[in-house]
Amino acid sequence: MTTPTTATTATTSPTAQRHEDPVIRVQHLRKAYRDKVAVRDVSFEVGRGEIFGILGANGAGKSTTVEIVANLRTADGGRIEVLGVDPRRDPAHVKNRVGVQLQESTLQGQITPREALRLYAAFYPDPEDPEALLQLLGLEERADTAFDDLSGGQKQRLSIALALVGRPEIAILDELTTGLDPQARRDTWGLIERVRDSGVTIVLVTHFMDEAERLCDRLMVIDDGVVAALGTPAELTAAPDGRRTFRLALPPGHSPASLGLDALPEVTDITPAGAGWTFTGTDRVLPAVVVALDGQGVVPDEIQTRTRSLEDVFVELVTRTEEKI
Amino acid sequence: MSTTAPTAPRPLAARTLPGRGGMPGLGRLVATELRLFTRDLGSVFFVVAFPTVLLVGMALAIPGMREPLQDAGPWTGLKAVDLMTPTMICVAIATAGLTSFPTYLAGYRERGVLRRLSTTPMAPQGVLVAQASVNLIWLLIGSVTAVAVAVLLLDVPLPRDWGLLLLTLPLAIGSVFGIGLILGGVLRKASAAGGIGMLIYFPLLFFAGLWTPVPAMPEALQTLSTWMPLGGASQAMTTAWFGVGDFPTEQFVSMGLWTVSTFTIAVKVFRWR
Repeated sequence: MTTPTTATTATTSPTAQRHEDPVIRVQHLRKAYRDKVAVRDVSFEVGRGEIFGILGANGAGKSTTVEIVANLRTADGGRIEVLGVDPRRDPAHVKNRVGVQLQESTLQGQITPREALRLYAAFYPDPEDPEALLQLLGLEERADTAFDDLSGGQKQRLSIALALVGRPEIAILDELTTGLDPQARRDTWGLIERVRDSGVTIVLVTHFMDEAERLCDRLMVIDDGVVAALGTPAELTAAPDGRRTFRLALPPGHSPASLGLDALPEVTDITPAGAGWTFTGTDRVLPAVVVALDGQGVVPDEIQTRTRSLEDVFVELVTRTEEKI
Repeated sequence: MSTTAPTAPRPLAARTLPGRGGMPGLGRLVATELRLFTRDLGSVFFVVAFPTVLLVGMALAIPGMREPLQDAGPWTGLKAVDLMTPTMICVAIATAGLTSFPTYLAGYRERGVLRRLSTTPMAPQGVLVAQASVNLIWLLIGSVTAVAVAVLLLDVPLPRDWGLLLLTLPLAIGSVFGIGLILGGVLRKASAAGGIGMLIYFPLLFFAGLWTPVPAMPEALQTLSTWMPLGGASQAMTTAWFGVGDFPTEQFVSMGLWTVSTFTIAVKVFRWR
């Protein structure tokens, strides 16, 4: 495929082109270990140039899924296509063009970042300049320090650099910022965005909601081996059926019933919450209540609107499936 | 980073380029492992210097080591330290093959180095090749050093039959490295691989004549030694060195069997993750 405007990939909406040029296509993936099913049924596509997040609780099947995509494990069932080929059938194709950063894997204790990058560069047909990567990841000053003497953040950055040294088209990053301090996490996020802007598709495995919300163009929530949700962060956090929720505290002596708020057509539900009430209703519930209060000369003590965070969605999804069991 | 031509046949071309056949980067991997090994001073000492230190120490500390033997049949006129010299090559082989080699392999699996490599175009087998090469290079340096010191300082004669010695060496190394490969391939921890390697190390060196030089062993013990790893090697090397005895056919069969069987087992049981 000759894409005319690949350079604009990073700036155009990634969701718009998700089906035009998928670099990863997974259908009905299944994987069981001896005593437990890790992945029951997972299907998704990753478009070129997007940051695709895979979320889930520990043991939900995230790592297994990406390890199969990276050809580190064999699937029991399903179809996998990476850059147009089945990784099983043509492993070299995938290994030359997919960079992987693995959870819990380290390097030789005495190797330095510069040596490691030069070594890994030698494995690829058209590698990135190791010195440029050291600079990009801010590792120049520690370039000749033994791996074991690097800090957690430096090891993590080196690990990302190694995933990028082969100039991959796809970079799979597993638990990118686990164990990093807040500043290092923010630096790493900035780096990932820069890498994506250079045209690399990124698959990010994480259990941090803020990370997924901040970085991902689209994401998938895996729970108990199945896809619980798939979409952009905005799609996932949008309230279902346009419902809105806010909290209201009234001056003493007033209640929603005494002001007739429960009779408003926009209001569907009122529940006591702390010193006030939680109102749920249509997308016009907030202005309707404020107008009704104003009409009766009542000034509310406090109004708090609430947008759902990805974390709310995640908890909702995961508990919903737990209740089913 | 290039963002054009997403499906350009770059890797395909790379695969068919004559210069990139086999394992691209293997040379760099061996060079890197060689450099990393030099930073591990304990391993360097034991593989490279230990045989020499041991030989010189025994020659100086044990009385009579440097006196010509009397009434020793074909060995009359040789010194005990002469008979110990081939054994020092066995010490170098055993130190590299049973302590350093398996410890590195198990450690690389334990740390995830093998797993990390398996995501790159380099096959994890490359690490085996690199580690084997590194240990081989160092044990050869250790052996040459020990023999050079023996010849120059302790007046030990040079080997009579270089051809036989050079024929023995690869099989001797093969039978010991095969055991190391099994240990390094199965054990999950570097410490376990090193510990069990040590447990095998001393008995093998006993059969190789470290405590009683091979010609001084009782006949039954000599026969048993022939069929042990390094025992046959030590006997064949002694024959090559001093030109005493027939061609060591049994010893070669023994070394060949150990090499083939240990490598066959290692290939079957080796765990990459």
